[in-house]
Amino acid sequence: MTRLDTLRGPAAPLDHNARTIAALAVNPGCDRRALLDAAGIDKQKTATHLGYPAPFGQSPFAITRAKSFDALVKANGCAHLLRLLRHTLGLSISEASYSDISDVGGNDNHQVRHTRTRALLKRAATDGEGAGTLFDHPLLKLGVAGHQVYLEPAIIAFQIEGRFHVVEIKSFAVIDDQADAGQVAAAARQSAVYVHALRALFASEGLDPDRVSHDVVLVCPKDFANHPTATLLDVRQQLAALDRQLSRLTRIDRILDELPVGITFDIETQSPDEPSKAVSTVDARFAPECLSSCEMALFCRAEARDSGSTDMLGRTARDELGGVESIPTALGLADGSRSASPEQTEIAEQLRYVRRIYTEAVA
Amino acid sequence: MSVISAYARALAVQTGRAQPVATVRHVHLSATPMVFIPLKLAGEAAAPLAALVGTDPANPRLLVVPQPRNRDLRFAFMAELADVMLPYVESFAGVTETVEAKTPYERSSDAPQLLVPNRGGIAFTKLLGRSTRFRRADGPYPVHPSVPVLGQWLTFLAERAEYAGSSALVAMTEALALHWATGQSPMEDANLATQLAWIAPPAGQNGPEAALAAEDPLTSPPAGPETHPDFDGQVLDHAIRAYETSSSPAQVREALRTQLEPTWTLMWQAVRLLRELPEAATVDARWAKDRDQFTRETARLADGGFPRGRIDGAVSAAIRLADLESALQTYEAQRAFDDPLVMAEHRVAGKAFSGEVVAVDATRRIVPPGKTRAAPRPLVTIRTSDPVRLSPGKRLSSSRNRKQKTEIVSIAGDLVVIQINDQMGRGSTPAPGSVPEVGEIVCYAELDPSGGQRPRLPSGEDTPWTHGGPPTPYVPTDEDAQEAWS
Repeated sequence: MTRLDTLRGPAAPLDHNARTIAALAVNPGCDRRALLDAAGIDKQKTATHLGYPAPFGQSPFAITRAKSFDALVKANGCAHLLRLLRHTLGLSISEASYSDISDVGGNDNHQVRHTRTRALLKRAATDGEGAGTLFDHPLLKLGVAGHQVYLEPAIIAFQIEGRFHVVEIKSFAVIDDQADAGQVAAAARQSAVYVHALRALFASEGLDPDRVSHDVVLVCPKDFANHPTATLLDVRQQLAALDRQLSRLTRIDRILDELPVGITFDIETQSPDEPSKAVSTVDARFAPECLSSCEMALFCRAEARDSGSTDMLGRTARDELGGVESIPTALGLADGSRSASPEQTEIAEQLRYVRRIYTEAVA
Repeated sequence: MSVISAYARALAVQTGRAQPVATVRHVHLSATPMVFIPLKLAGEAAAPLAALVGTDPANPRLLVVPQPRNRDLRFAFMAELADVMLPYVESFAGVTETVEAKTPYERSSDAPQLLVPNRGGIAFTKLLGRSTRFRRADGPYPVHPSVPVLGQWLTFLAERAEYAGSSALVAMTEALALHWATGQSPMEDANLATQLAWIAPPAGQNGPEAALAAEDPLTSPPAGPETHPDFDGQVLDHAIRAYETSSSPAQVREALRTQLEPTWTLMWQAVRLLRELPEAATVDARWAKDRDQFTRETARLADGGFPRGRIDGAVSAAIRLADLESALQTYEAQRAFDDPLVMAEHRVAGKAFSGEVVAVDATRRIVPPGKTRAAPRPLVTIRTSDPVRLSPGKRLSSSRNRKQKTEIVSIAGDLVVIQINDQMGRGSTPAPGSVPEVGEIVCYAELDPSGGQRPRLPSGEDTPWTHGGPPTPYVPTDEDAQEAWS
């Protein structure tokens, strides 16, 4: 039993998915999230157990819609998808094959599926044409903070002339060739995770990772209809950011080393108090953005509020306050009741000035 | 965000109550605004689910789509919405005033104002406009004749909302954020309930307590357009099924009423809070622009104007962009000159300074560059304790006379010397009062209320080939009118 298993307790570990990895990469300084994710702990359940259930969820209508759109695109051996690849993106695909790797002969064991994914993709990469075009639900692995995790396979890998593309199906609409910028950005970040994982797989098989294209095929409903359309999305920027952030992620071992021996976040055998204390021993870096992406966000926000941290005002406000960590300190520097440390002299002077003209203007 | 608002947020945390970031109201508030709270079905691009709409706080009108996936029911909803909105919008078209200008013209004395809870409300209004403005009352999929007209008005209002300083379609959370800094993050301020909890907590509670309570989706359901996922799964789904078996929308109506009514109350509470603030000096001038545009749109529609195409031509897009920039520039300058608290942000940033006039050389005359005769160019020396980050040559404006052009001559220590370039009368010496006097407290800023000049652009027919050549003007097509809405 590893230390991560001890942390998790008897519960089965959760899979990573592109959304969790992308969220982790958005806040690379958060040890708490990194550790909970690495241990495969169910953050949703943990947060609920601690009395801070996640502030978000997915509507059953949205889930139904996403599923039906996904099914529509993949119906009849991905007929819609092939049409889009041929006509919208102008690719000359003569013959197409489709293999689904969501289970291997009825076995949905991760290791088996991953091995199968590797084998199929390797054969397609070495044999070229004729060795497969579309691979649905490829199970990929990714090194996160020094640990290998499986990625929930929500994509299709597509091969043309020896080059591989990630195909992501999303159910948000593209209206008059424009889609919601926030949703496109999120899709790009998630696709980048798959491109990254696919490249890692290629590299470990001795293949050229650049055969995995940074152009991702994004399939979305067009206008107000249910009819799919496809666009190429260049995720180079997201890839670079992801690479950098994954490499910056604190090594889990370092975090583990700082933890008290025998500590566990197990929520099944402990009273709510104990996991709460245990979770608090790991540092979090709360930002309001967590509220839309991390299940633990409300717990961390309460913690930030209790300690008067400037984090709860948002990153911009925190930066504007010169990175001063606590609100009482910032206000103390402003009214002169607190003396500034050498590195605070500049911001202290500014805050005193701000206080003077703010008070003057409000009066 | 500026350091001023970050400081105000910190103060809000300390005092447990939102703090002002404006001393006057910068948005226009109509005597009879129409509050519009639309809801959409989760997962769909633009499937209306319900709306609470009206001009009377005591008498909202609830509209619902009992089965949001049914196209006919959606159009019935839009026709009902048109029934509420169009009489309101059109009631402003009749009464006009004559504007004294080089060529006098008629302008509506007032215009419609739509208030939605948040930015999402504006985006959804735009989508509703987009999905209905091309429809037709004849042909294969006829809709009620009022539907495309409503689509055109919603499109117009959503487009006005892109212009800084326009009050035709206002997102309430943004209007409030313009005037108060809460002790939460800007992201959380997009929640009307928690934002208002910080600004005006109920008796016996402080801001953070009230905001925490207002996060409970049972007492403060989301202000839309998205509904709460739990509500969708636990209530709405059953209600829609009940409608399908019984054909009675009663259950759906009741369910959606519970989701909308709390926001309705909050919207009018916000209106009251904003009304308490005195109106800023230039609000009227900006509202006149909204009225101008409303008058033009009324005339255009009366002439049978086509709905706006899906995509702008190159020239009209460039003009729009320039106008958006100019509106923003004007708005920022006007807001700062109207409000010392907003000006404080520019002072902290070093783009403005305030101080006492310590010396004036009113009789100074020089030959300005490019001219042949000497003209008055007085120098004014101001002592300021602000951290000025401006360089000589920068053009400044002042609230003393917003039209007067001045520029920085030199900055030495806490002394700034500026030169006044115009607005001094025709005489050989400056007209009395046109130049600040010793002892006066003045404030100068690198802000231009004129909004700059729109670059010269070719007419649509002369669009160069680099930009696709002259665009074919948009003519409504049958496909557009019959576009699927599933």
